[in-house]
Amino acid sequence: MGQTFSEKILGAKAGIRVKAGEIVIVSPDYILSHDNSAAVINEFRRFGIEKVKQPNKIVIVLDHVVPASTEKYAQNHKVIREFVQEQEIPNFFDVQNGICHQVFAENGFAMPGKLILGADSHTTSYGAFGAFSVGIGRSEAASVWATDEIWLRVPETIRIEIGGKLPPMVYAKDVILRIIGEGGADRANYKAVEFTGQAVHDFTLASRLVLANMAAEMGAKNGYFFPDERTFSWLEERAKDEYEPVTSDADADYEAILKYDVSSFEPQIACPHTVDNVKSVSEVEGLPFHQAIIGTCTNGRLEDLKVAAQILKGRKVHRAIRVLIIPASRREYLLALQEGVLEAFVESGCLILNPGCGPCLGAHQGILAPGERALSTANRNFRGRMGSRDSEIYLASPATVAASALEGKITDPRRFS
Amino acid sequence: MRKGKVWKYGDEINTDVIFPGKYTYSILEPEEMARHALEDLDPEFAQEVRPGDILVAGKNFGCGSSREQAATCLKFAGVQAIIAKSFARIFFRNAINQGLPVIQCSQAVDDIKNGEEITINFSEGRIETKRDVFDFAPLPEYILEILESGGLIPYIKNKIESQKKPS
Repeated sequence: MGQTFSEKILGAKAGIRVKAGEIVIVSPDYILSHDNSAAVINEFRRFGIEKVKQPNKIVIVLDHVVPASTEKYAQNHKVIREFVQEQEIPNFFDVQNGICHQVFAENGFAMPGKLILGADSHTTSYGAFGAFSVGIGRSEAASVWATDEIWLRVPETIRIEIGGKLPPMVYAKDVILRIIGEGGADRANYKAVEFTGQAVHDFTLASRLVLANMAAEMGAKNGYFFPDERTFSWLEERAKDEYEPVTSDADADYEAILKYDVSSFEPQIACPHTVDNVKSVSEVEGLPFHQAIIGTCTNGRLEDLKVAAQILKGRKVHRAIRVLIIPASRREYLLALQEGVLEAFVESGCLILNPGCGPCLGAHQGILAPGERALSTANRNFRGRMGSRDSEIYLASPATVAASALEGKITDPRRFS
Repeated sequence: MRKGKVWKYGDEINTDVIFPGKYTYSILEPEEMARHALEDLDPEFAQEVRPGDILVAGKNFGCGSSREQAATCLKFAGVQAIIAKSFARIFFRNAINQGLPVIQCSQAVDDIKNGEEITINFSEGRIETKRDVFDFAPLPEYILEILESGGLIPYIKNKIESQKKPS
């Protein structure tokens, strides 16, 4: 019997041949944390040791509430900056850089075959580049800082073969929402999800990131793609280290193999208050809303912004809608600026925020009042996440959000194709 | 061998009903967390639970938020182990890292009745009810060491301190 991607990477790290279900003790290649580094630092101090074991493996990106909106957040950021200096952590990205998952990838830390840990549930994102990347808790992050070790269970694997060609105005976001809607929020609990097939082969890395990012919403431990020419070319001038591409063997043991043909897919929308409450956009068309959000670690890259700008260009957003644009990083912001994408947004009446998590987790920059409804390109729509417990969040692609912002109600983007 | 009285619940017990979100930043002491354990699922639980009791549940126990307090509140309420058909991944880790044993065993869950006394043999991986015996994959030694230390932070602390001592 051959081995899966996850069995190979975790086995190589543990120095033994492993199979799904076993628990291994491994040392990661990188460990990411964000504004929660302040809480991780508190736990770390409890160990009574002075130095982190491997400062070069620690990557810290401030992104959740940037720039600081309250004195408390400012103090947190200050504690983190002082710790970074004290521990001589070289890979620190302050508030001007963007969302951790995008910044981590842009700086070449997300490489094929690497084992990446992150104190954030959407750490699954780096599977887009063929890495094994997994979210962990805060006290675990502290102990990895101290010991350079963690226990991980080798996950079983669900292979998802995605064939066909996407119809106009249907995107990676619609594909992953459809898969989550059919499988449910626990379909991949504790498991690895392998995305493969002709359709994902055609996907850009930005599109692959959408699927890997939202694998977390199926309960997955990690979600990944096999690296290919797109991956290697992205890493050409970025890779922080040498790397070895890893794929599953042809006779690897899969827990399940699911097949989809995207040729017949329609634009999808996740309705309140769970990500697996998915419908076709056409089923909820006409529903009025108040705030549109285009951005986040799920859909805030140039590719996403361009799709939205093409729909908005030369038109005005509906006067009842506040449209917030949040590029995923400084780099994506600059690219959008250079291509005239931001100009189209401003002219159509959108508000452009600085790169960061923005209102996605309900901390600042666009909190919802009771009774308000948001349509967002983000990855979570749990009750109360973006503000009031009595507000609602719908999740869709940048095309659907842009089309809906023009009409003032949920709108099928195919009307604009 | 550990005996305990069972509190049995159903599928998809999420972290919000285990430890409500409204308390996550206001309640910081574990003993106080315990007084709100399972508050939105079974308001009697926190008053009636006794040290050594065992929680039994269906699939995807602990789904939802990653809040570590969901594990902490059950541990400090006196729960000595949780047996479920399956656990949400982050809860599973948080429970072990908080020193709370978690056992996955569907057959046992189907057999176990609310309120009865059952026995768990951790080293041999066995659950005994009045009617039957069920095997579960024993937890690996490394995980057992974390549990015996009372969680990940004390485990790592002990390890670091023992390395500091001259041999």
